[in-house]
Amino acid sequence: MHANTFDRYQAGEGLIHSLAPQVKVVLTVLFILSNVLLPDGAWLALSLAWCLVLLTSTLAGLGIGYTLKRSFVALPFALAAVTVAFNLPGQPLVKWNIGPWQLVATDAGVIRFASIVVRTWLSVQMAILLTATTRFPDLIHALNHLHIPQLLVAIISFMYRYLFILTDEAMRLMRAREARSARPMAGGGGGSVAWRARVSGNMIGQLFLRSYERSDRVYNAMLARGYSGQFLTISPHQMHTKDWAIGATAIIIMLLLQVIGRLTLQ
Amino acid sequence: MSYVSRAYISAGATDSPALHIPDGFLSVWMALLCWAAAVLLLAIAVRRSRGELVERQIPLMGVMAAFIFAAQMINFPVAGGTSGHLLGGALAAIALGPWAGMLVMTSVIGVQALLFQDGGLVVMGANILNMGLLTTLIGYGLFQTVAGQRREVRLAVAGIAAWLSVIAGALATSLQLWLSGTTALRIVVPAMVGIHALIGIGEALITVAALAFILQTRPDILEVHSQTRGGRGWVIAGAIMALVVVLLAPLASANPDGLERVAMDLGFIQQGMASPYQILPDYTLPLMNETALSTILAGAIGVMVVAGLTVMVVRLLRRPARATS
Repeated sequence: MHANTFDRYQAGEGLIHSLAPQVKVVLTVLFILSNVLLPDGAWLALSLAWCLVLLTSTLAGLGIGYTLKRSFVALPFALAAVTVAFNLPGQPLVKWNIGPWQLVATDAGVIRFASIVVRTWLSVQMAILLTATTRFPDLIHALNHLHIPQLLVAIISFMYRYLFILTDEAMRLMRAREARSARPMAGGGGGSVAWRARVSGNMIGQLFLRSYERSDRVYNAMLARGYSGQFLTISPHQMHTKDWAIGATAIIIMLLLQVIGRLTLQ
Repeated sequence: MSYVSRAYISAGATDSPALHIPDGFLSVWMALLCWAAAVLLLAIAVRRSRGELVERQIPLMGVMAAFIFAAQMINFPVAGGTSGHLLGGALAAIALGPWAGMLVMTSVIGVQALLFQDGGLVVMGANILNMGLLTTLIGYGLFQTVAGQRREVRLAVAGIAAWLSVIAGALATSLQLWLSGTTALRIVVPAMVGIHALIGIGEALITVAALAFILQTRPDILEVHSQTRGGRGWVIAGAIMALVVVLLAPLASANPDGLERVAMDLGFIQQGMASPYQILPDYTLPLMNETALSTILAGAIGVMVVAGLTVMVVRLLRRPARATS
Protein backbone atom coordinates (compact mmCIF):
# COMPACT_ATOMS: atom_id res chain seq x y z
CA MET A 1 0.00 0.00 0.00
CA HIS A 2 1.23 3.45 -0.79
CA ALA A 3 1.59 6.07 1.89
CA ASN A 4 -0.80 8.31 -0.04
CA THR A 5 -3.71 6.18 1.05
CA PHE A 6 -3.60 7.62 4.50
CA ASP A 7 -1.71 10.81 4.10
CA ARG A 8 -3.91 13.80 3.47
CA TYR A 9 -0.93 16.01 2.58
CA GLN A 10 -1.49 18.14 -0.53
CA ALA A 11 1.83 19.19 -2.03
CA GLY A 12 2.14 22.93 -2.54
CA GLU A 13 4.48 25.91 -2.47
CA GLY A 14 2.32 28.62 -0.94
CA LEU A 15 2.65 30.78 2.13
CA ILE A 16 0.88 28.29 4.39
CA HIS A 17 2.92 25.32 3.22
CA SER A 18 6.20 27.07 3.95
CA LEU A 19 5.21 28.21 7.43
CA ALA A 20 7.15 26.51 10.23
CA PRO A 21 5.15 23.44 11.31
CA GLN A 22 5.29 24.33 15.00
CA VAL A 23 3.64 27.69 14.21
CA LYS A 24 0.92 25.90 12.29
CA VAL A 25 0.25 23.49 15.15
CA VAL A 26 0.07 26.28 17.72
CA LEU A 27 -2.18 28.43 15.54
CA THR A 28 -4.52 25.54 14.82
CA VAL A 29 -4.87 24.75 18.51
CA LEU A 30 -5.42 28.45 19.30
CA PHE A 31 -8.03 28.72 16.57
CA ILE A 32 -9.93 25.77 18.03
CA LEU A 33 -9.63 27.25 21.52
CA SER A 34 -10.91 30.55 20.21
CA ASN A 35 -13.95 28.81 18.73
CA VAL A 36 -14.67 27.06 22.00
CA LEU A 37 -14.33 30.32 23.93
CA LEU A 38 -16.78 32.23 21.72
CA PRO A 39 -20.13 32.57 23.47
CA ASP A 40 -23.22 30.77 22.20
CA GLY A 41 -24.98 32.57 19.39
CA ALA A 42 -22.06 34.86 18.47
CA TRP A 43 -22.89 34.33 14.83
CA LEU A 44 -20.91 37.30 13.49
CA ALA A 45 -17.69 36.14 15.14
CA LEU A 46 -18.29 32.54 14.09
CA SER A 47 -18.86 33.65 10.48
CA LEU A 48 -15.64 35.64 10.60
CA ALA A 49 -13.87 32.54 11.92
CA TRP A 50 -15.22 30.68 8.91
CA CYS A 51 -13.78 33.43 6.68
CA LEU A 52 -10.45 32.72 8.36
CA VAL A 53 -10.76 29.06 7.38
CA LEU A 54 -11.59 30.01 3.80
CA LEU A 55 -8.72 32.51 3.68
CA THR A 56 -6.24 29.89 4.91
CA SER A 57 -7.56 27.38 2.43
CA THR A 58 -7.23 29.87 -0.44
CA LEU A 59 -3.75 30.97 0.62
CA ALA A 60 -2.72 27.31 0.70
CA GLY A 61 -3.92 26.99 -2.89
CA LEU A 62 -6.52 24.38 -1.96
CA GLY A 63 -9.55 26.38 -3.04
CA ILE A 64 -12.65 27.14 -1.03
CA GLY A 65 -14.34 23.75 -1.30
CA TYR A 66 -11.48 21.57 -0.13
CA THR A 67 -12.25 21.44 3.58
CA LEU A 68 -16.00 21.20 3.03
CA LYS A 69 -15.77 17.71 1.62
CA ARG A 70 -14.07 16.25 4.63
CA SER A 71 -15.56 18.45 7.33
CA PHE A 72 -18.49 16.23 8.14
CA VAL A 73 -16.49 13.56 10.00
CA ALA A 74 -17.53 14.90 13.36
CA LEU A 75 -21.18 15.41 12.56
CA PRO A 76 -22.42 12.02 13.82
CA PHE A 77 -21.39 13.28 17.24
CA ALA A 78 -23.96 16.03 16.87
CA LEU A 79 -26.58 13.38 17.65
CA ALA A 80 -25.40 13.42 21.24
CA ALA A 81 -25.62 17.20 21.38
CA VAL A 82 -29.11 17.38 19.92
CA THR A 83 -30.43 16.44 23.34
CA VAL A 84 -29.32 19.80 24.72
CA ALA A 85 -31.85 21.57 22.49
CA PHE A 86 -34.59 20.04 24.61
CA ASN A 87 -32.91 20.44 27.92
CA LEU A 88 -32.40 24.17 28.41
CA PRO A 89 -35.01 26.46 29.87
CA GLY A 90 -36.23 29.16 27.51
CA GLN A 91 -39.02 30.11 25.15
CA PRO A 92 -40.57 26.93 23.76
CA LEU A 93 -40.27 26.70 19.97
CA VAL A 94 -41.58 23.26 19.08
CA LYS A 95 -43.38 20.60 21.06
CA TRP A 96 -43.50 16.93 20.25
CA ASN A 97 -45.37 14.26 22.11
CA ILE A 98 -43.63 10.91 21.91
CA GLY A 99 -45.38 8.33 24.01
CA PRO A 100 -45.20 9.35 27.65
CA TRP A 101 -42.55 12.02 27.02
CA GLN A 102 -43.05 15.55 25.89
CA LEU A 103 -40.15 17.07 24.01
CA VAL A 104 -39.92 20.83 24.09
CA ALA A 105 -37.24 22.51 22.02
CA THR A 106 -36.43 25.92 23.49
CA ASP A 107 -34.80 28.91 21.81
CA ALA A 108 -31.83 28.82 24.22
CA GLY A 109 -31.46 25.10 23.64
CA VAL A 110 -31.52 25.39 19.86
CA ILE A 111 -29.01 28.27 19.90
CA ARG A 112 -26.68 26.25 22.09
CA PHE A 113 -26.99 23.17 19.89
CA ALA A 114 -26.33 25.17 16.72
CA SER A 115 -23.33 26.89 18.33
CA ILE A 116 -21.80 23.56 19.33
CA VAL A 117 -22.20 22.14 15.83
CA VAL A 118 -20.78 25.25 14.15
CA ARG A 119 -17.79 25.37 16.51
CA THR A 120 -17.01 21.73 15.83
CA TRP A 121 -17.44 22.15 12.10
CA LEU A 122 -15.03 25.12 12.01
CA SER A 123 -12.47 23.39 14.24
CA VAL A 124 -12.43 20.25 12.14
CA GLN A 125 -11.85 22.30 8.99
CA MET A 126 -8.79 24.02 10.45
CA ALA A 127 -7.42 20.66 11.61
CA ILE A 128 -7.93 19.33 8.07
CA LEU A 129 -5.98 22.29 6.70
CA LEU A 130 -3.14 21.59 9.13
CA THR A 131 -2.79 18.03 7.84
CA ALA A 132 -3.27 19.07 4.23
CA THR A 133 -0.46 21.63 4.30
CA THR A 134 2.06 19.87 6.55
CA ARG A 135 3.87 16.61 5.89
CA PHE A 136 3.33 14.25 8.77
CA PRO A 137 7.08 13.87 9.51
CA ASP A 138 7.20 17.67 9.78
CA LEU A 139 4.27 17.57 12.20
CA ILE A 140 6.23 15.08 14.28
CA HIS A 141 9.20 17.47 14.34
CA ALA A 142 6.84 20.23 15.38
CA LEU A 143 5.83 18.12 18.39
CA ASN A 144 9.52 17.85 19.20
CA HIS A 145 9.95 21.63 19.02
CA LEU A 146 6.90 22.07 21.24
CA HIS A 147 8.59 19.95 23.95
CA ILE A 148 6.31 16.96 23.83
CA PRO A 149 8.33 14.24 25.65
CA GLN A 150 10.97 12.75 23.36
CA LEU A 151 9.74 9.26 24.16
CA LEU A 152 6.20 9.94 22.92
CA VAL A 153 7.46 11.70 19.79
CA ALA A 154 9.72 8.74 19.03
CA ILE A 155 6.84 6.30 19.47
CA ILE A 156 4.62 8.39 17.19
CA SER A 157 7.26 8.56 14.48
CA PHE A 158 7.75 4.80 14.61
CA MET A 159 4.03 4.33 14.53
CA TYR A 160 3.72 6.47 11.43
CA ARG A 161 6.52 4.57 9.73
CA TYR A 162 4.93 1.16 10.34
CA LEU A 163 1.29 2.18 10.01
CA PHE A 164 1.18 1.34 6.34
CA ILE A 165 3.08 -1.91 6.63
CA LEU A 166 0.92 -3.26 9.42
CA THR A 167 -2.27 -2.06 7.76
CA ASP A 168 -1.18 -4.00 4.70
CA GLU A 169 -0.65 -6.98 6.93
CA ALA A 170 -4.12 -6.57 8.44
CA MET A 171 -5.63 -6.25 4.96
CA ARG A 172 -3.91 -9.48 3.88
CA LEU A 173 -5.33 -11.26 6.92
CA MET A 174 -8.81 -9.98 6.12
CA ARG A 175 -8.51 -11.01 2.48
CA ALA A 176 -7.47 -14.48 3.58
CA ARG A 177 -10.47 -14.66 5.88
CA GLU A 178 -12.86 -13.58 3.16
CA ALA A 179 -11.39 -16.12 0.79
CA ARG A 180 -12.05 -18.80 3.38
CA SER A 181 -15.60 -17.53 3.83
CA ALA A 182 -15.71 -16.81 7.50
CA ARG A 183 -18.08 -14.04 6.57
CA PRO A 184 -21.72 -14.47 7.54
CA MET A 185 -23.82 -15.19 4.46
CA ALA A 186 -27.47 -15.57 3.73
CA GLY A 187 -28.43 -19.02 4.88
CA GLY A 188 -26.34 -18.97 8.03
CA GLY A 189 -22.82 -19.45 6.68
CA GLY A 190 -19.83 -18.33 8.65
CA GLY A 191 -20.49 -19.89 12.00
CA SER A 192 -21.85 -18.38 15.20
CA VAL A 193 -21.07 -14.90 16.44
CA ALA A 194 -18.72 -16.31 19.07
CA TRP A 195 -16.92 -18.31 16.40
CA ARG A 196 -16.51 -15.23 14.20
CA ALA A 197 -15.22 -13.28 17.18
CA ARG A 198 -12.68 -16.01 17.81
CA VAL A 199 -11.53 -15.87 14.20
CA SER A 200 -11.06 -12.09 14.45
CA GLY A 201 -9.30 -12.53 17.77
CA ASN A 202 -6.93 -15.11 16.33
CA MET A 203 -6.18 -12.76 13.44
CA ILE A 204 -5.37 -9.98 15.88
CA GLY A 205 -3.22 -12.32 17.94
CA GLN A 206 -1.41 -13.32 14.78
CA LEU A 207 -0.93 -9.68 13.81
CA PHE A 208 0.33 -8.94 17.31
CA LEU A 209 3.01 -11.62 17.12
CA ARG A 210 4.10 -10.59 13.64
CA SER A 211 4.36 -6.97 14.81
CA TYR A 212 6.22 -7.98 17.95
CA GLU A 213 8.76 -9.97 16.04
CA ARG A 214 9.07 -7.27 13.41
CA SER A 215 9.98 -4.72 16.09
CA ASP A 216 12.86 -7.01 17.12
CA ARG A 217 14.19 -7.02 13.59
CA VAL A 218 13.66 -3.26 13.28
CA TYR A 219 15.70 -2.61 16.38
CA ASN A 220 18.55 -4.83 15.24
CA ALA A 221 18.55 -3.15 11.83
CA MET A 222 18.62 0.27 13.49
CA LEU A 223 21.57 -0.66 15.66
CA ALA A 224 23.38 -1.96 12.59
CA ARG A 225 22.88 1.45 10.97
CA GLY A 226 24.24 3.41 13.89
CA TYR A 227 21.08 4.41 15.79
CA SER A 228 21.99 6.36 18.91
CA GLY A 229 18.58 7.26 20.29
CA GLN A 230 18.14 10.43 18.22
CA PHE A 231 16.16 11.02 15.06
CA LEU A 232 17.78 13.29 12.53
CA THR A 233 16.14 15.60 10.02
CA ILE A 234 17.46 17.58 7.09
CA SER A 235 14.91 20.36 7.58
CA PRO A 236 15.72 22.18 10.80
CA HIS A 237 12.36 24.04 11.00
CA GLN A 238 13.88 27.21 12.36
CA MET A 239 11.60 30.14 13.07
CA HIS A 240 12.12 33.01 10.64
CA THR A 241 10.81 36.57 10.79
CA LYS A 242 7.98 35.53 8.49
CA ASP A 243 6.85 32.80 10.91
CA TRP A 244 6.84 35.19 13.86
CA ALA A 245 4.98 37.85 11.86
CA ILE A 246 2.28 35.52 10.58
CA GLY A 247 1.90 33.90 13.98
CA ALA A 248 1.48 37.26 15.70
CA THR A 249 -0.99 38.52 13.08
CA ALA A 250 -3.11 35.39 13.42
CA ILE A 251 -3.16 35.68 17.20
CA ILE A 252 -4.25 39.34 16.98
CA ILE A 253 -7.05 38.37 14.58
CA MET A 254 -8.24 35.68 16.96
CA LEU A 255 -8.23 38.13 19.88
CA LEU A 256 -10.30 40.51 17.74
CA LEU A 257 -12.74 37.67 17.06
CA GLN A 258 -13.18 37.20 20.79
CA VAL A 259 -13.85 40.92 21.28
CA ILE A 260 -16.35 40.96 18.41
CA GLY A 261 -18.05 37.83 19.71
CA ARG A 262 -18.55 39.38 23.13
CA LEU A 263 -19.54 42.85 21.91
CA THR A 264 -22.20 41.63 19.48
CA LEU A 265 -23.98 39.72 22.22
CA GLN A 266 -24.37 42.71 24.54
CA MET B 1 -10.19 6.35 -2.61
CA SER B 2 -8.85 2.90 -2.05
CA TYR B 3 -10.34 -0.05 -0.23
CA VAL B 4 -8.07 0.64 2.71
CA SER B 5 -9.06 4.18 3.40
CA ARG B 6 -12.69 3.24 2.98
CA ALA B 7 -12.17 0.47 5.46
CA TYR B 8 -10.60 2.93 7.84
CA ILE B 9 -13.35 5.45 7.42
CA SER B 10 -16.06 2.85 7.91
CA ALA B 11 -14.25 1.48 10.94
CA GLY B 12 -13.89 4.99 12.30
CA ALA B 13 -17.47 5.83 11.56
CA THR B 14 -18.75 3.01 13.71
CA ASP B 15 -17.06 4.25 16.84
CA SER B 16 -16.34 7.90 16.26
CA PRO B 17 -19.85 9.01 17.20
CA ALA B 18 -19.35 7.09 20.38
CA LEU B 19 -15.94 7.83 21.82
CA HIS B 20 -13.67 10.10 19.77
CA ILE B 21 -14.89 13.45 21.08
CA PRO B 22 -14.47 16.19 18.45
CA ASP B 23 -13.39 19.74 19.26
CA GLY B 24 -16.16 22.03 20.40
CA PHE B 25 -18.02 19.42 22.41
CA LEU B 26 -16.26 20.01 25.71
CA SER B 27 -16.09 23.26 27.60
CA VAL B 28 -12.64 24.77 28.00
CA TRP B 29 -12.38 23.98 31.69
CA MET B 30 -13.40 20.37 31.14
CA ALA B 31 -10.88 20.00 28.32
CA LEU B 32 -8.15 21.44 30.53
CA LEU B 33 -9.11 19.27 33.50
CA CYS B 34 -8.88 16.15 31.34
CA TRP B 35 -5.54 17.30 29.92
CA ALA B 36 -4.26 17.80 33.46
CA ALA B 37 -5.27 14.28 34.49
CA ALA B 38 -3.89 12.77 31.28
CA VAL B 39 -0.60 14.68 31.53
CA LEU B 40 -0.16 13.60 35.14
CA LEU B 41 -0.52 9.92 34.28
CA LEU B 42 1.55 10.24 31.11
CA ALA B 43 4.33 12.03 32.97
CA ILE B 44 4.56 9.08 35.33
CA ALA B 45 4.44 6.69 32.38
CA VAL B 46 7.29 8.51 30.64
CA ARG B 47 9.29 8.62 33.85
CA ARG B 48 8.75 4.95 34.52
CA SER B 49 9.76 4.09 30.97
CA ARG B 50 13.19 5.68 31.25
CA GLY B 51 16.30 3.65 31.77
CA GLU B 52 18.28 1.05 29.95
CA LEU B 53 15.31 -0.87 28.60
CA VAL B 54 13.76 2.08 26.85
CA GLU B 55 16.01 2.19 23.82
CA ARG B 56 14.90 -1.31 23.04
CA GLN B 57 11.32 -0.40 23.94
CA ILE B 58 10.92 2.55 21.56
CA PRO B 59 10.69 0.51 18.35
CA LEU B 60 8.53 -2.02 20.16
CA MET B 61 6.05 0.59 21.39
CA GLY B 62 6.02 2.36 18.03
CA VAL B 63 5.34 -0.81 16.09
CA MET B 64 2.75 -1.80 18.68
CA ALA B 65 0.96 1.54 18.28
CA ALA B 66 0.80 0.83 14.56
CA PHE B 67 -0.43 -2.66 15.44
CA ILE B 68 -3.32 -1.29 17.54
CA PHE B 69 -4.24 1.02 14.68
CA ALA B 70 -4.20 -1.85 12.17
CA ALA B 71 -6.00 -4.19 14.57
CA GLN B 72 -8.83 -1.66 14.91
CA MET B 73 -9.45 -2.22 11.21
CA ILE B 74 -9.94 -5.95 11.51
CA ASN B 75 -13.67 -6.07 11.74
CA PHE B 76 -15.75 -8.76 13.29
CA PRO B 77 -19.03 -9.22 11.47
CA VAL B 78 -21.86 -9.38 13.97
CA ALA B 79 -25.08 -9.56 12.00
CA GLY B 80 -26.86 -7.86 9.16
CA GLY B 81 -24.04 -5.66 7.92
CA THR B 82 -23.03 -4.33 11.33
CA SER B 83 -19.63 -5.23 12.60
CA GLY B 84 -17.59 -4.64 15.69
CA HIS B 85 -13.92 -3.98 16.04
CA LEU B 86 -11.29 -3.83 18.72
CA LEU B 87 -10.53 -0.65 20.66
CA GLY B 88 -7.48 -2.31 22.14
CA GLY B 89 -6.79 -0.51 25.43
CA ALA B 90 -7.11 -3.61 27.60
CA LEU B 91 -5.22 -5.80 25.13
CA ALA B 92 -2.35 -3.31 24.88
CA ALA B 93 -2.04 -3.05 28.66
CA ILE B 94 -2.17 -6.80 29.25
CA ALA B 95 0.25 -7.67 26.46
CA LEU B 96 2.74 -4.82 26.85
CA GLY B 97 2.45 -3.79 30.47
CA PRO B 98 0.53 -0.79 31.81
CA TRP B 99 2.97 2.04 31.14
CA ALA B 100 3.84 0.92 27.65
CA GLY B 101 0.14 0.33 27.04
CA MET B 102 -0.68 3.89 28.07
CA LEU B 103 2.02 5.38 25.83
CA VAL B 104 0.98 3.20 22.91
CA MET B 105 -2.72 4.09 23.22
CA THR B 106 -1.86 7.78 23.60
CA SER B 107 0.14 7.67 20.38
CA VAL B 108 -2.71 5.94 18.57
CA ILE B 109 -5.19 8.59 19.69
CA GLY B 110 -2.77 11.38 18.84
CA VAL B 111 -2.18 10.11 15.32
CA GLN B 112 -5.88 9.51 14.76
CA ALA B 113 -6.58 13.12 15.69
CA LEU B 114 -3.65 14.66 13.80
CA LEU B 115 -3.83 12.57 10.66
CA PHE B 116 -7.53 11.75 10.32
CA GLN B 117 -9.29 14.39 12.43
CA ASP B 118 -10.76 11.46 14.32
CA GLY B 119 -11.17 13.20 17.65
CA GLY B 120 -10.27 16.82 18.38
CA LEU B 121 -6.99 18.49 19.30
CA VAL B 122 -8.01 20.65 22.25
CA VAL B 123 -10.14 17.82 23.66
CA MET B 124 -7.43 15.23 22.98
CA GLY B 125 -6.66 15.07 26.70
CA ALA B 126 -10.16 13.76 27.32
CA ASN B 127 -9.89 11.23 24.50
CA ILE B 128 -6.54 10.03 25.81
CA LEU B 129 -7.97 9.73 29.30
CA ASN B 130 -11.12 7.88 28.23
CA MET B 131 -9.78 5.55 25.58
CA GLY B 132 -6.12 5.26 26.49
CA LEU B 133 -5.63 5.60 30.22
CA LEU B 134 -8.85 4.39 31.86
CA THR B 135 -8.95 1.36 29.59
CA THR B 136 -5.35 0.35 30.26
CA LEU B 137 -5.73 0.94 33.99
CA ILE B 138 -8.81 -1.25 34.29
CA GLY B 139 -7.53 -3.82 31.81
CA TYR B 140 -4.17 -4.32 33.46
CA GLY B 141 -5.33 -3.90 37.05
CA LEU B 142 -8.06 -6.50 36.81
CA PHE B 143 -5.86 -8.90 34.85
CA GLN B 144 -3.23 -8.68 37.59
CA THR B 145 -5.72 -9.82 40.23
CA VAL B 146 -5.45 -13.32 38.80
CA ALA B 147 -1.73 -13.37 38.00
CA GLY B 148 -0.42 -16.92 38.36
CA GLN B 149 -3.88 -18.48 38.18
CA ARG B 150 -5.05 -21.06 35.69
CA ARG B 151 -5.22 -20.09 32.03
CA GLU B 152 -9.02 -20.21 31.84
CA VAL B 153 -9.40 -17.98 34.87
CA ARG B 154 -6.97 -15.41 33.49
CA LEU B 155 -8.69 -15.35 30.13
CA ALA B 156 -12.12 -14.96 31.71
CA VAL B 157 -10.92 -12.06 33.84
CA ALA B 158 -9.27 -10.49 30.79
CA GLY B 159 -12.66 -10.63 29.07
CA ILE B 160 -14.42 -8.95 31.98
CA ALA B 161 -11.67 -6.34 32.13
CA ALA B 162 -12.00 -5.60 28.41
CA TRP B 163 -15.78 -5.29 28.73
CA LEU B 164 -15.54 -2.97 31.74
CA SER B 165 -12.83 -0.87 30.10
CA VAL B 166 -15.13 -0.05 27.18
CA ILE B 167 -17.98 0.84 29.52
CA ALA B 168 -15.60 2.98 31.59
CA GLY B 169 -14.59 4.90 28.47
CA ALA B 170 -18.21 5.44 27.47
CA LEU B 171 -19.22 6.48 30.97
CA ALA B 172 -16.36 8.96 31.27
CA THR B 173 -17.11 10.37 27.82
CA SER B 174 -20.79 10.91 28.52
CA LEU B 175 -20.13 12.44 31.94
CA GLN B 176 -17.62 14.88 30.43
CA LEU B 177 -20.08 15.85 27.71
CA TRP B 178 -22.80 16.40 30.26
CA LEU B 179 -20.62 18.43 32.62
CA SER B 180 -19.69 20.60 29.63
CA GLY B 181 -23.36 21.32 29.09
CA THR B 182 -23.28 19.64 25.68
CA THR B 183 -25.77 16.87 26.28
CA ALA B 184 -28.68 15.98 28.47
CA LEU B 185 -27.63 13.50 31.12
CA ARG B 186 -30.93 11.65 31.17
CA ILE B 187 -30.71 10.57 27.56
CA VAL B 188 -27.03 10.32 26.83
CA VAL B 189 -25.69 8.32 29.77
CA PRO B 190 -28.17 5.45 29.47
CA ALA B 191 -27.75 5.44 25.68
CA MET B 192 -23.95 5.53 25.72
CA VAL B 193 -23.57 3.01 28.53
CA GLY B 194 -26.19 0.73 26.97
CA ILE B 195 -24.62 0.74 23.51
CA HIS B 196 -21.16 0.23 24.91
CA ALA B 197 -22.27 -2.61 27.14
CA LEU B 198 -22.97 -4.35 23.82
CA ILE B 199 -19.86 -3.10 22.01
CA GLY B 200 -17.88 -4.20 25.05
CA ILE B 201 -18.99 -7.80 24.54
CA GLY B 202 -17.31 -7.77 21.14
CA GLU B 203 -14.22 -6.21 22.69
CA ALA B 204 -14.18 -8.91 25.38
CA LEU B 205 -14.55 -11.77 22.88
CA ILE B 206 -11.81 -10.46 20.60
CA THR B 207 -9.45 -9.65 23.47
CA VAL B 208 -9.86 -13.10 24.97
CA ALA B 209 -9.35 -14.82 21.62
CA ALA B 210 -6.26 -12.75 20.84
CA LEU B 211 -4.78 -13.38 24.29
CA ALA B 212 -5.51 -17.10 24.04
CA PHE B 213 -3.65 -17.13 20.74
CA ILE B 214 -0.68 -15.27 22.20
CA LEU B 215 -0.65 -17.47 25.32
CA GLN B 216 -0.54 -20.53 23.15
CA THR B 217 2.18 -19.34 20.78
CA ARG B 218 4.42 -16.99 22.76
CA PRO B 219 3.47 -17.24 26.44
CA ASP B 220 6.81 -15.64 27.32
CA ILE B 221 5.61 -12.23 26.08
CA LEU B 222 2.75 -12.11 28.57
CA GLU B 223 4.78 -13.53 31.44
CA VAL B 224 7.29 -10.68 31.26
CA HIS B 225 4.62 -8.19 32.28
CA SER B 226 2.43 -10.29 34.49
CA GLN B 227 5.12 -11.52 36.84
CA THR B 228 8.08 -9.17 37.12
CA ARG B 229 5.99 -6.02 37.13
CA GLY B 230 3.00 -7.36 38.98
CA GLY B 231 2.46 -4.80 41.69
CA ARG B 232 -0.31 -4.68 44.22
CA GLY B 233 -0.81 -1.01 43.37
CA TRP B 234 -2.14 -1.94 39.95
CA VAL B 235 -4.50 -4.48 41.40
CA ILE B 236 -5.88 -1.95 43.87
CA ALA B 237 -6.15 0.83 41.30
CA GLY B 238 -7.75 -1.45 38.71
CA ALA B 239 -10.19 -2.91 41.21
CA ILE B 240 -11.21 0.51 42.48
CA MET B 241 -11.74 1.86 38.98
CA ALA B 242 -13.74 -1.21 38.04
CA LEU B 243 -15.84 -0.85 41.18
CA VAL B 244 -16.51 2.81 40.37
CA VAL B 245 -17.71 1.84 36.90
CA VAL B 246 -19.85 -0.99 38.20
CA LEU B 247 -21.49 1.30 40.74
CA LEU B 248 -21.63 4.52 38.77
CA ALA B 249 -22.85 3.21 35.42
CA PRO B 250 -26.17 1.80 36.67
CA LEU B 251 -26.61 4.73 39.03
CA ALA B 252 -26.11 7.30 36.30
CA SER B 253 -28.32 5.39 33.90
CA ALA B 254 -31.14 4.60 36.28
CA ASN B 255 -31.07 7.71 38.41
CA PRO B 256 -29.60 10.59 36.41
CA ASP B 257 -31.69 13.05 38.41
CA GLY B 258 -29.71 12.30 41.52
CA LEU B 259 -26.42 12.74 39.74
CA GLU B 260 -27.59 15.98 38.18
CA ARG B 261 -28.53 17.26 41.59
CA VAL B 262 -25.12 16.43 43.04
CA ALA B 263 -23.42 18.22 40.19
CA MET B 264 -25.67 21.24 40.77
CA ASP B 265 -24.86 21.29 44.47
CA LEU B 266 -21.16 21.04 43.76
CA GLY B 267 -21.40 23.87 41.25
CA PHE B 268 -20.23 21.86 38.27
CA ILE B 269 -23.10 22.68 36.01
CA GLN B 270 -22.99 26.43 36.46
CA GLN B 271 -19.34 26.35 35.46
CA GLY B 272 -19.98 24.09 32.54
CA MET B 273 -22.80 26.05 31.01
CA ALA B 274 -22.26 29.31 29.26
CA SER B 275 -25.93 30.22 29.55
CA PRO B 276 -27.87 30.14 32.80
CA TYR B 277 -29.16 26.70 33.57
CA GLN B 278 -31.88 25.65 35.91
CA ILE B 279 -33.44 22.31 36.49
CA LEU B 280 -37.06 22.47 35.40
CA PRO B 281 -39.43 22.90 38.33
CA ASP B 282 -41.34 19.69 37.74
CA TYR B 283 -38.03 17.94 37.66
CA THR B 284 -37.01 18.62 41.24
CA LEU B 285 -40.30 17.69 42.88
CA PRO B 286 -40.52 13.91 43.10
CA LEU B 287 -39.13 11.80 45.91
CA MET B 288 -36.84 13.86 48.06
CA ASN B 289 -35.60 10.73 49.85
CA GLU B 290 -34.33 9.20 46.69
CA THR B 291 -32.27 12.24 45.76
CA ALA B 292 -30.86 12.42 49.28
CA LEU B 293 -29.87 8.78 49.07
CA SER B 294 -28.26 9.23 45.70
CA THR B 295 -26.42 12.31 46.92
CA ILE B 296 -24.86 10.20 49.65
CA LEU B 297 -24.07 7.43 47.17
CA ALA B 298 -22.44 9.75 44.68
CA GLY B 299 -20.51 11.41 47.47
CA ALA B 300 -19.22 8.05 48.64
CA ILE B 301 -18.17 7.20 45.13
CA GLY B 302 -16.38 10.50 44.78
CA VAL B 303 -14.43 9.80 47.96
CA MET B 304 -13.50 6.37 46.62
CA VAL B 305 -12.26 7.80 43.34
CA VAL B 306 -10.07 10.32 45.13
CA ALA B 307 -8.78 7.71 47.57
CA GLY B 308 -8.04 5.33 44.74
CA LEU B 309 -6.16 7.90 42.73
CA THR B 310 -4.18 8.94 45.79
CA VAL B 311 -3.18 5.38 46.61
CA MET B 312 -2.19 4.83 43.02
CA VAL B 313 -0.09 7.96 42.68
CA VAL B 314 1.66 7.36 45.98
CA ARG B 315 2.50 3.80 45.05
CA LEU B 316 3.70 4.76 41.61
CA LEU B 317 5.92 7.49 42.91
CA ARG B 318 7.38 5.19 45.52
CA ARG B 319 8.27 2.35 43.19
CA PRO B 320 11.04 3.90 41.07
CA ALA B 321 12.99 4.66 44.23
CA ARG B 322 12.89 1.00 45.16
CA ALA B 323 13.93 0.00 41.66
CA THR B 324 17.05 2.15 41.71
CA SER B 325 18.16 1.20 45.20
